[in-house]
Amino acid sequence: MNLRRTMALARKEALQLRRDSRSLALAFLLPVFLIVFFGYAISFDVRNLELAVLDQDRSSASRALVSAFESSGYFTIVERLERYGDVEPLLERGGARLVLAVPPDFSARLGGGRTASLQMLLDGGDANTATIAQNYAEVIVNRFALSRGPTRAAAVDVRTRVWFNETLESRNMIVPGLVAVIMSIIAAMLTALTIAREWERGTMEQLVATPVRRSEVIVGKLIPYAAIGALDVAIAAVAGIVLFDVPFRGSVALLAALTLLFLFGALGLGVFISAAVKSQVLATQAAIMATYLPALLLSGFIFSISAMPLVLRVLTHVVPARYYVTVTKGIFLKGVGMSVLWPDALAMLLFASVGLGLAYRAFHKEIA
Amino acid sequence: MAVNVRRIAEMVRKEARQLLRDPRTRVAMFVAPMVQLVVFGYAVNTDIPNTSMVVVDHDRSAASRRLIDAFERTGYFAVVARPPRSADLVTALDDGTAIVGLEIPDGFARDLGRADGTAIQVVVDGTHSNTATVAVGYAQRIVQAFGAAERAGPPPPVRAETRAWFNPALQSQTYNVPGVIGVLVLLMCLLLTALGVVRERELGTLDQLMVSPLTPPELMLGKTIPVAAVAVIDAVLISVIAVTWFDIPLRGSPPELLVAVLLFIAAGIAVGLLISTISRTQQEAFMAMFLFLLPAIILSGFFFPISSMPRGFQWLTLVNPVRHFLEIVRASFLRGAGIATLWPQYVALALLAGTALAAAVIRFPKALRA
Repeated sequence: MNLRRTMALARKEALQLRRDSRSLALAFLLPVFLIVFFGYAISFDVRNLELAVLDQDRSSASRALVSAFESSGYFTIVERLERYGDVEPLLERGGARLVLAVPPDFSARLGGGRTASLQMLLDGGDANTATIAQNYAEVIVNRFALSRGPTRAAAVDVRTRVWFNETLESRNMIVPGLVAVIMSIIAAMLTALTIAREWERGTMEQLVATPVRRSEVIVGKLIPYAAIGALDVAIAAVAGIVLFDVPFRGSVALLAALTLLFLFGALGLGVFISAAVKSQVLATQAAIMATYLPALLLSGFIFSISAMPLVLRVLTHVVPARYYVTVTKGIFLKGVGMSVLWPDALAMLLFASVGLGLAYRAFHKEIA
Repeated sequence: MAVNVRRIAEMVRKEARQLLRDPRTRVAMFVAPMVQLVVFGYAVNTDIPNTSMVVVDHDRSAASRRLIDAFERTGYFAVVARPPRSADLVTALDDGTAIVGLEIPDGFARDLGRADGTAIQVVVDGTHSNTATVAVGYAQRIVQAFGAAERAGPPPPVRAETRAWFNPALQSQTYNVPGVIGVLVLLMCLLLTALGVVRERELGTLDQLMVSPLTPPELMLGKTIPVAAVAVIDAVLISVIAVTWFDIPLRGSPPELLVAVLLFIAAGIAVGLLISTISRTQQEAFMAMFLFLLPAIILSGFFFPISSMPRGFQWLTLVNPVRHFLEIVRASFLRGAGIATLWPQYVALALLAGTALAAAVIRFPKALRA
């Protein structure tokens, strides 16, 4: 490999990029736009769940229970039903997440020392929200029961503490994860078309006629994109920290080093796809298939990997975003260093070598 | 609009032949979506069985073992380690071996019998905030039930009986797999339309079509009809997989669902055409697609509940065809709801598809000349 020739190619690629001002603008603005947009929009936090109340008792006890639901902050009463027959149509049109039905003998049984029963009907469609709603509701009912029961104190008190993300603010989890997801997509997007384009436009023949080697073409093409990618991460990280107060507890240098490692793997994958299929439409589709949905769904960003079946858990190991999500979350939120992150770093190193190696093998410098 | 059916039919035949000729494209069009549905169908799971838990039991009594057993028996938690020191709990959460830590203090069994009770500590890794929220809820319920069972006395004053409708087992796949169908269909529409047109422009073959007697509307229809056909076939194929492979119940009426699919495909193709009018190169089209796709998915209520978004974003979701389509698909699959209850979503989808198509019809001829 000749350094001068490689740099000349990198310059050519950078010039070409600079002239394509729209692509360049998109490459820089996209990550910032997405971080800002999603930082504001997305939240896993479950608040103000729609609650409908069917109070057939209308006593001070039933009102106390209903107000316990309201004051918890997790539920907002959207409807007060009159008849039991109203419950079904309400749930069917998705009018409430939870219906609390208080039977007519609620206060009588409660006052008489017998067990009063309640009915809680959940819209199970969105299972995740329903599970969270059910947990909240049962805890509220249990607290209420304790306050009415013979013993005032619970036998066991749970002291819950949440680490790394004390308020369970989902934004804190989303922003570092999103940086990783966006970068894996952008990296593939930047490079997936680079070689396919030269083939389609016929400029590859000009490149072939020059004395450059395969490895020089690949590395030369990667350098400008790696620079853009690194800048993107920096901009996105700063935007997350400044705009959303996402904590940054780890080392900047470590994040930079691991980001570069990740970028070379992801960019290498893009070049490999580009060299292998030689058509921009197919390259786009392959890049989306290989990066977009896997980065979103298989990286542990939204859906936890431990809940997946074994085959899929194995499959997540070939998704580079998986390692990078661990790295960004670890550095941002936990402040951990190489002593914890070395397996991920190693996996990304392996990925970068394989990605670049595949790109090298797939790229033939002859005209078919 | 000058539209000649025979010329369109010829153009459709030519386009279909071009799409189907390349074996790799055939795989990409029909096999890839099916594979993706199967893979991602397993991934979109927010249930948290066997959440890894590390237990530090300072008490080592029969009561503390019963409590740990109560955690494990539910199936929500799996004890991965029982280190002796509190410091090990910190390490386990740091390096991610466990998501939940349970610490039982010395004297737990003794204090359990006292009037003011005892306390245990549950520590959760908040970096997975969804898992953490759900896990905290389960932990509280388990401990409450344990406390009630351990303390002899009168029965609890209130008993809540909970039932989940439409999805009694509360499986998240039932809710999420229909969402994946929407994303895959949209992806196919955008990809084939936007890149298909821009590619012809880049290659210069669009000029050849321009000098033919085809009018711009004919050209547009000729380009999009085969894409719509591919998208409908994909939608049917992956719906069949969702029903047969993942056992997602299809309670609604298939013809009504098909109407929604057609409206959604029309919207997707219109967006694809619009992207093709603003992009000069395939790379630009790719980026524009991405710029549309990620917000469209994230603001659809697919993984993030719309009710948790700020008000402004909630309004923004109203112009997102994916949102309306997902609401129809989910309600139709799970609740068996039809047009009678879902008409607002159908109307919204039709309006959005109509607007986008109108914009595409206006812009497309100009883009051809550019």
